[in-house]
Amino acid sequence: MSEQIAAAPVDLISLFPDQVKADERVGYEGFMVEPKALVKVVVALRDELGYDYLSSVTAADYIDDHKIEVVYHFFKSTGGTNLTLSTQVSREKAVVPTLMHEFPSMELQEREVYDMFGVEFTGHPDLRRVLLWDGFEGFPLRKDYKEAYFTAEKKPFTNRWPEGHITRAEDATPYKKNVVYPDNLKPFEEYDPSVENLLYSGMKNFLPEDQRELNTEPVMVNFGPQHPSTHGVFRMAAILDGETVMALKPVMGYLHRNHEKIGERNTYLGNIPFTDRLDYISSMANNFAYVVAVEKLMGPRVQIPERAEYLRVIMSELTRIVNHTWAIGFLLNDLGAFFTPALYAMIERELILDIFEATAGSRMMCNYYRFGGVSRDIPEDAMAKLKGLVYERLPRKIDELDIYLSENEIIRERTEGVGILSPEEAIAYGASGPVLRASGVPYDIRRAEPYGIYDQFDFDVAVRYHGDTYDRYVIRLDEVRQSLRILQQALKTIPEGPVLLKNPYNVRVPAGEAYGRAEAPKGELGFYLVSDGTANPFRYHVRSPSFINLTSLEKMSLGLKIADVFAILGSLDIVLGEVDR
Amino acid sequence: MNDENKPVEVPEELLNQVAVTSMGELASQSFIDKAYNWGRRNSVWPVFFGLACCAIEMIATASSRYDFSRFGMEVMRASPRQADLLIISGTVTKKMLPQIIRLYNQMPEPKYVLAMGACASGGGPFKEGYNVVSGIDKFLPVDVYVPGCPPTPQALIHGLMKLQEKIDSQSIKEVSWYDKENRGDPIPMPVLGPDLMDPRDFSANGKAKE
Amino acid sequence: MNKEKNNLYGTGIIKGALVTMRHFIDTYLDDIRMLGKRYMTQESIEYRRSKDVKGIFTVQYPDEKLPPQEEFRFIPFLVYDTHEDGTDMIRCTSCGICSKVCPPQCIWIVQTIDEKTGRPIPEPAEFYIDIDICMNCGFCAEFCPFDAIKMDHDYELASYDRTKAHLFNKERLMKPASYYAKIRPTYFEREEAVRLEKEAKKAAAAKTKAERASKSAQAD
Repeated sequence: MSEQIAAAPVDLISLFPDQVKADERVGYEGFMVEPKALVKVVVALRDELGYDYLSSVTAADYIDDHKIEVVYHFFKSTGGTNLTLSTQVSREKAVVPTLMHEFPSMELQEREVYDMFGVEFTGHPDLRRVLLWDGFEGFPLRKDYKEAYFTAEKKPFTNRWPEGHITRAEDATPYKKNVVYPDNLKPFEEYDPSVENLLYSGMKNFLPEDQRELNTEPVMVNFGPQHPSTHGVFRMAAILDGETVMALKPVMGYLHRNHEKIGERNTYLGNIPFTDRLDYISSMANNFAYVVAVEKLMGPRVQIPERAEYLRVIMSELTRIVNHTWAIGFLLNDLGAFFTPALYAMIERELILDIFEATAGSRMMCNYYRFGGVSRDIPEDAMAKLKGLVYERLPRKIDELDIYLSENEIIRERTEGVGILSPEEAIAYGASGPVLRASGVPYDIRRAEPYGIYDQFDFDVAVRYHGDTYDRYVIRLDEVRQSLRILQQALKTIPEGPVLLKNPYNVRVPAGEAYGRAEAPKGELGFYLVSDGTANPFRYHVRSPSFINLTSLEKMSLGLKIADVFAILGSLDIVLGEVDR
Repeated sequence: MNDENKPVEVPEELLNQVAVTSMGELASQSFIDKAYNWGRRNSVWPVFFGLACCAIEMIATASSRYDFSRFGMEVMRASPRQADLLIISGTVTKKMLPQIIRLYNQMPEPKYVLAMGACASGGGPFKEGYNVVSGIDKFLPVDVYVPGCPPTPQALIHGLMKLQEKIDSQSIKEVSWYDKENRGDPIPMPVLGPDLMDPRDFSANGKAKE
Repeated sequence: MNKEKNNLYGTGIIKGALVTMRHFIDTYLDDIRMLGKRYMTQESIEYRRSKDVKGIFTVQYPDEKLPPQEEFRFIPFLVYDTHEDGTDMIRCTSCGICSKVCPPQCIWIVQTIDEKTGRPIPEPAEFYIDIDICMNCGFCAEFCPFDAIKMDHDYELASYDRTKAHLFNKERLMKPASYYAKIRPTYFEREEAVRLEKEAKKAAAAKTKAERASKSAQAD
């Protein structure tokens, strides 16, 4: 890895000798940039060195150094490993220039960093909290923030054993609720229950210049968070001219369950079942991305048996089939084909979940992958059933779904040409997974930066070129077919042998940072981990594809009718557990 | 209770063989209650409202393999005004709580709440989180708790059958929604201040009670 | 699927309708083919779980139940052995590994302390699992070195109250080894084999030790 990084970035230091230096901390790689030079460096990186895909931004609170480090992960849209760019600011006055104008994908992510760390991005036109609400006290991911139910900095908590007299967290706090108030609490009546005013007033900034002072009355329409077509507790606020969308903002955080804060208290092992609950439709794929990231940190000392590598791929591809059939079913639900396609898709899903239950022990929350393998071998009868599914039933059923839906005139009229995302826009908006590939960018992490044993299989990267809702639907059928190809090869060549060599419960990883990613069904699922050498991660960040794919929702919806927005949203295939984490 | 409505004592050997014909007796138990509850228990309409992971299992319960329309529950209403049952299917966050309470307040009586899964019952694995409400029962009256993370569809159906049993045990004479004086007030709406603020925790002058 | 294909308008819809029609008819064909055995029998549940299933797919809980597969896990339970003399011996030694490895930290254990010596006795005095926090991940069972805590198959736990009912204490958690053998036969067999082997080794070691001791005694 080190030689790859060394090959590309020499130019960066020679381009900006004063502002850029290599990150020399042990276990770290990439570059340190002065905050002032950030925009200049990023533009050079994009235009001259080809790192045109800014995948994620996050921060880490190095409280001992009194610094907050903002970390950017760049990729080339032609493939390859990541380039890490970081910039350090003081904790008291954390100000960084925004990159939103260069990379629109930063809009929501910079808001998240502001929300969690209190880093201000100068120049960001709509810098509000995104996962919590405006008015919330404190920045939760700073290391000195303590929750109401705070027990100890790290798990395992010492009050559980050997003197584990049971106490419920409620009973230890006043109010018996999970709340903490500042000392200078203002009277209850002073709080405005509608924290939405900021949202609504801010949305005007996204109207075209000449329409900000409208003569006609624009209508503000709000969808969700309780709405049957928002796939969970997702909310959109839109400004409509008649029925035409003029501005639209996604509002999220209604399922923000503090995954990252809990993850930093957890042990490395303890995070695996928590990742199940990110994208709860495809838990196996989340496990995969997380173990890839941790194994990257652990380095070559982890040995993965051959059979475990195969099982990892098999389960991950089965998850993709589960997810895509589900996505198609519920896209059709949103289009008005109420529940029949979803029910058909569900039959195949249930049959695959039976295999998950027989192998991993749970239908949904599989908790199957371990560092250095998988937890259990697949039982023989489940293997026989899986072969029957993969070789006989699923190919037939996918064709049936295709015949049933793809040529349906109503579906085509509702989806063709709706919500177009051009390839350039898709890259700039940080779209990933089927959304990116439906726009004509053949970028699949299984090929661009192979992990596991994906390089041993013969499969095509599914691409469609129109970038509209129909293509985002069809590409999922294509991907399921490719997954079946992989599965058919894997089931033929899977070797016998152990699936896990050793399974210690107190996993320790060497100090350093790593960004590991996998092609989850919804897109690039990445985990950014910083280890300080102890049993708990120092920083644990999830780059979730659903969240970042939503950045382009407004772009796709502008100028369309409001009914089309739900078709577009359905084709993005979001899961709120992953959007809000 | 006056003498007229006092149930007639039926000797044990005559049980199931005699019909008691006093009107008071009819009203006080068996027939009217049975008819009333039979109708209600077989048409419990849930709100089409999913929160988190458990919502996926709830949809699985509604769909091909488990199919809770066998219990008269298939009509999942998107509007709380038309629904009888609120299934809290997932983690309740502080940001979402006001909306949930608004939904509950909008539901007409008789209404029931089912807490599905560990998160809705008591916070679940995310209990320690700063944005998580540790149990919806701190705000809403919960009728049935279904443990599990997530409960399998069969576990959810078992919970729904428990709810049917609860409906069966209710009597038209005692239920609160026909009692004009004791009909419950709507749940006070929490406010999102520096943290979640429940009006019941604040005294009249608007300061937090110690 | 290519967009240039120019069919008569409406053929796509008709094709789709035929698919739903086939689903509809399949059930009746199955009903005739399996005459009276389509529902409520063990084979029919297996059929509805197999790759060949067509038509109606519903398993009519509670009249027929999908049996949990062996690996299935729900809430944990503690295994106890019943000895020949009728006493129950809990396998747990209160070593605390389950409580350490539990991701949401829902296990509370109090060790028993011998009043005379002040040393811990390998048996828990209190053992609590808050099933409102438990995430059914199965780590406790996976890492327990004594096969003492296992994941249950019993999912029918719905209740009207949670303050007491959802706090499982030691008595509520304890289930006999025979129950464990019933729900997880292959696991049980594998573990029994390992245990018997260990015990045999132990006995052999004890025997050689005793022999050596007696020999040395003779030498003295």
